[in-house]
Formats: sequence, C-alpha cells, structure tokens
Amino acid sequence: MGTMRRAGALVALVASTALVTAACSGGGGGGGPSGDGNVTITWWHNGTGEPLLGLWQDVADEFEADHPGVTVEVSAVQNEELQKTKIPAAMQAGNPPDLFQQWGGGELADQVAAGKVMDITDQVADELDLIGGSAAGWQVEGRTYGLPFSLGVEGFWYSKAMFAQAGITTPPTTMDELNDAVQKLKDAGLVPIVVGAKDGWPAAHYWYNFALRSCSTDTMKQAGVDFTFDDPCFVEAGDRLQEFLDTSPFQEGFLGTSAQQGATSSAGLLANGKAAMELMGHWNPGVMGGLTEDGQGLGDDLGWFPFPAVDGGAGDPDAALGGGDGFSCSAQAPPECVELLKYIASVDVQKRFAESGAGLPVTQGAETSVTDPNMKTLLDFRNNAAYVQLWLDVAYGNTIGGALNEAVANMFAGQGTAQDIVDAMTTAAADR
Amino acid sequence: MSREPVAVTAGPAADPAGRAPAGRPAGAPSRPVVRPGRRRADRRRLLEIALFAGPAVLVYVLFVLVPIGLAAYYSVFRWNGLEPLTDFVGLDNYVRAFTDPVFLGALGHNAFFVVMSLVVQLPVALAVALLLNRKMRGRTAFRTIVFIPYVLSEVIAGVTWLLILQPDGLMDRVLEGVGLGGLVQLWLADRTVVLWTVLAVISWKYIGLAIILFLAGLQGVPEELHEAASIDGASWWQVQRRITLPLLGPTIRIWMFLSIIGSLQLFDMVWVMTGGGPANASNTMATYMIDRGFRRSQFGYGSAVAVILFVVSLVAAVFYQRFVLRRDTEGALTGKGHRR
Repeated sequence: MGTMRRAGALVALVASTALVTAACSGGGGGGGPSGDGNVTITWWHNGTGEPLLGLWQDVADEFEADHPGVTVEVSAVQNEELQKTKIPAAMQAGNPPDLFQQWGGGELADQVAAGKVMDITDQVADELDLIGGSAAGWQVEGRTYGLPFSLGVEGFWYSKAMFAQAGITTPPTTMDELNDAVQKLKDAGLVPIVVGAKDGWPAAHYWYNFALRSCSTDTMKQAGVDFTFDDPCFVEAGDRLQEFLDTSPFQEGFLGTSAQQGATSSAGLLANGKAAMELMGHWNPGVMGGLTEDGQGLGDDLGWFPFPAVDGGAGDPDAALGGGDGFSCSAQAPPECVELLKYIASVDVQKRFAESGAGLPVTQGAETSVTDPNMKTLLDFRNNAAYVQLWLDVAYGNTIGGALNEAVANMFAGQGTAQDIVDAMTTAAADR
Repeated sequence: MSREPVAVTAGPAADPAGRAPAGRPAGAPSRPVVRPGRRRADRRRLLEIALFAGPAVLVYVLFVLVPIGLAAYYSVFRWNGLEPLTDFVGLDNYVRAFTDPVFLGALGHNAFFVVMSLVVQLPVALAVALLLNRKMRGRTAFRTIVFIPYVLSEVIAGVTWLLILQPDGLMDRVLEGVGLGGLVQLWLADRTVVLWTVLAVISWKYIGLAIILFLAGLQGVPEELHEAASIDGASWWQVQRRITLPLLGPTIRIWMFLSIIGSLQLFDMVWVMTGGGPANASNTMATYMIDRGFRRSQFGYGSAVAVILFVVSLVAAVFYQRFVLRRDTEGALTGKGHRR
C-alpha cells in the first residue's frame, strides 16, 4: 500500500514536471518539412471580419488543393494585437509564423536587420513587374522582403447631405476652402470634423499630412532612411497644424474619443450622422458599416476628397499619404511559403480582393474589379499620385512612430509646441 | 492570499498545521501513530512535501522567479526585441525612467490611486458591511448586487464605462435628467478631471471585494461579546466602536494591503478607458510600461520600468508587513498568540 502510494506520487510528480517542460519547449508555428514530405505553413493575418476572413480561408483551401502534401494553418488576429504583440513575441521566441501580415516601413527594416524575414527578390520578379512602385514600402535597400495586396491613400470622408445642408457645393481643395467649410458647417449647427484623438494616431495623421505638404519629396524620403528631422519643414508642419487646431474644427471632447470602438467613436459618429467629416484611411467605409445598425454606414451619402493643398509648402502637391497591407515569409519558412505569397498577389486573387471592397488592389489587371465609386476615386488618386508616402509611424518604426503620435496628441491637448514634436522624434531616434 | 502574509511572520505557534499534535500532519489523520523508524518517516515526509509542493514550486520558479530575473537582465540593454542582446547600456534605462516627466507623472498617479482608493473605499465599504451584517429584508440580494462589479471582467466594465462617460452619453443624460446638468464634465477628455473619473470607476469596481471581506470578518466576531456589551448597557454605536471595529482590524489591514498592491499595479481599467491619456494625464506605471515596451519596441527600457514597478511593490509589501500586519501576529483576537 505504502509502496503503491509512493509510486503513484512519483508518477504524478514526473507527469506534472513533464507537462510543464513540454509546455515550455513545445509550441506550434515554425512549419517546415516533416520527414514524410508533408509541409505545414502557418499563416497569420489581420482579417478577423468578413469579407477578408472568408477570402483568405478560400485562398488557403485552394492552395492546399493545388499543392498536395501542403497544409495551411490560417489564424486571424486583431490588427494591433497582431502587429504590436503577437508577431514581436513570436519573433523574440524564435518561433515566428511562416507567412505573416506585414505593414512594411521601419518595422520591416528592423525585422530585416535582425535576420527574421526572407529575401524573396529573385523569386517574385514577375509579381514585382505587375505591382510596380506600390511595393516600395516592402523593400529595404533595393531588396524585397514582402508583397503588398492592398495600398490605400488617406483623405477626408464626408457626408454629402451635410455638406449640401451647410451650403458647401464642392469639396475643399485648399486649406482656406477647408476652413471655410468648417465655418459653414458650424453655422449650420453641425459638427464639422471628428477625430479619435484618444488613440493617438488619428490625431497624428493630421501632422503627417502637413509634413507631406511642407517638406520636399527628397526630405521626406531621406528622413525615412536616416531618421533625422532637422529640416525646418518639420517644425513648419507643426505650426500649420497648430494654426488649424486654433480654428477648433473638432467635436466636443475629442481627446477622449476612440477611433473605431462603437457608435461614439469618431468613425461611429460619422457613420451615424453626428458629424460631417473625418480624415481617415481607405478602410473607413468598412469600419463605419460595422458601427451602424443596418450595417451600411452612410451608404451612397458617403463622399471622399484628398487632403487639401497647403499654401507655400515645399511638398509635392501630388504626393499622397497612405499605407497598405502585405505579407512576408519568415526567414526559416519552407519554400512553399513564397508560392502561397505569389498566389495571393496573383491577378485572380487580387480581383476577388478588389470585388470584396476590403481594400485597393495593387496588381496590374485587378483594378477593373473595383466597383465602389468612392474606391474608384481613391484608386485613381493613388495611381496618379507622384508617390505614396507610408504612414509616418509605420515608415519610422514603432519607437519613433510612437513618440511622434504621442507628441502630436499632446499638441491636440494643448500640451506641446511644433518644436516639441520634432524633439520627441529626435530623442526617440537616439533611443532606438 | 490573505493567509500568506500572516503565516510568514506568525511563526509556528500560530500556524494552523502547528496546532496539530507534534509529528502528525493535519492532512493525514489515519496514519499509524507508532512508526518503525525515524529515518523512514522523514523520507516519507520529504516525499510528501515534494509531491504537494513540487509542482507549485516548479510553476512558481518558471513563471515568477525566472521572468523576474530575465526582466532584470534585459533592463540593462538597449533592445528592440528582435536583435541579439548586444547593446549593453548599464543603468541608463533606469536613469532615463527617473528623468522622464511622463514616468514620474505615472508614478504620481499610482500614489494618487493608492491613497485615494483607501480614503474613498474604506469608509464606504465599512458602512455598507456594518449595514449588511444586520438582519434585514433583501440582505442577500443587496450583497449580490454590491459584489457584481468585482466579478465583471475588467475589459467589459471598462468599455461599458467608456461608453457611459462619452460626451452626451448616459452619465450626462442622467445628470441633466435630474437637474444636475451643471455637473457635466468631459469625464475622460479633460486632463484635470480624468484621474477623478478613473478613481470613481475603480472604486465602483473593487469596493465589492472590501465589503465581502469585511462581511466575512464580521462573521468571526463572537455573538456573545455583543450580548455581553448590550447587557452592560452599551449602545449600538458603542458596540461597533469598541468591539466590532477592533476585532475587524486584521481583516481591514489585509484588505488595505491588497488595495495598495492593486493600486500600484493598476493597468486594465485605465488602459481600456483612457489609454493613459489625454496627454499622459492618467498614465500608471503599468500602462507606461506596456506603451514604451511593447508598443514602441523598446523591450530593454520596458523591462527596466517593470523592474522599478516590481521593486516599488515589493518594498511597499515588505514595509506594510513589517509595520502594519505585525500587530496581527501579537494576538489582537483571542490572546492565543501571546505565548512567545
């Protein structure tokens, strides 16, 4: 009896130890060939909602059918969670997914410097021909480390009905016209512009746009490489923003408004007819749809116009601010990962992506499948743009980008000057 | 949790297991009293200890001690979380934290929550607990209601309050509806108001724990003392003041301990409701750590902040045990602990 109990105790102890060690040493992902020639590809993307969730699953199923022996394990994770927590943690642990969402820019450069991402330049030459300049954000020093499937641009989303109500006949094309429109909307008793300043980045996007209008193309491109911001145009951008803030164009309590959470978020306020305009990326119609009861957002009432021109800035008036989504293969991913990536970038899949309305396709030949009138406008604007500057917080990476967003949000709260924003970026660049 | 600090300082005399006859663990009453040999018994005892404590010790080492050590190690590097740890910077990260006004602000906000949580919650929780300890109609229902916020998930409660506190939201409507429209504030968007708003919400969230703990403590106050006091002519108020409160002391001191540690480590409600803003007006050490460490890919610096947070909490805990909880070991209750 005693011996039995002791033996049992030992078994339990060993079992629990084994469990814990297994939990620590094990872990999915990684993929790679397993003895019998079968390959598993793990794929992490941010399409947690339809239509993307279904589309990517279909793509994975089709790829499996065309490639016997290949299994694709797809996981959808909420965007910020995926970008700021899951992927960095998986990379730190040396166990990244094979194919993963890639926002490009400075973050990609850091991943490349750490040797975590596969150089696919030579395998995707054909795809690059069709994608053209839109792939720039996924390239580091002339080499390609990922392919975009969507590249959008930013502008003001607005309610045509409210503009008509306030007597605004054509969308503003200069800052003076924008200020004029804001005044007219106020006079009509409407909230002119909503901004989700609680989240930081929606406020910072105003500074990005002013920087793009204030700084020459060369200055912007150089800043994205060496992270120096001593050109006076960066302070000018802050001055122009301060001038705009002084006209009080935003909703009451904008410092506590989030961007996308619920009907009281900035996108929700626009979608539910509580405000006339919002500066936001190409994804806004999709977000707005989810925040109204009928799932339609503003529907046909929704219009779009690009960020207005600024008097006297050195920036190219045809430059656009934007960002996109793409995928990268991790350094140790099996070769099939690149095949899957090429399939995602193919004209066929890109057409279906365009039809879904979830974004703006980048592969030549897929544009014809864009049907939504606003998306067509955005696509024309993007294709005619002199160049598309990636969101600055993406282009500069998390460290500088985070400091920039915070400093601009502080200015929105009346807690900082144009110089403070530049200083915050410079300090963060030294902390990298 | 509440037992641990007591047991540490109380020594064997007050230890529940120590009260059992020597050499006979409380958990094994059926064991033979006569044993063949001491050594064999010792070995069996060791095995028992290994069996019961082993898994817990293993988990504790792997998931508590090792991470603390690793954080301390990371904290002396500049590290973006991707590349190998090569950029040794010594104590620079600590210097940086203590010269960053945003971090010092966060530290101040933690101090605010530590003090104000006690000031707000203690009197209210005591009053409610004394009330609910009397026999009255609807007592069970009321107890459940005060405890519900504590059971709710932090994120759900945070999002709910976020929506309630939006401009022209439920809170503003209610205030206007009862004629107090003048009190309406930008609850989460005004830098001077936001700390008080967060304090109100976390008090609502966590006061249920205080009330339930106090109620449990009140159950332990012997009925005979109340009877004896009232026979001696003591009023209800005198009974509470002279008998109930002193006997509730140990429970109150334990709750204060939990509240202080909770306030120092406050994260989720703030993160959900304000994200530390507007303009860093509601940051805590924990939200600052997540923002700088994860969001900005400065894992070395974030680790330094984590170590600071750990040391602050540890120092607070040790001092509290040494100077406040110590009294409980000297037998305020029944005099059992006086034997030393």
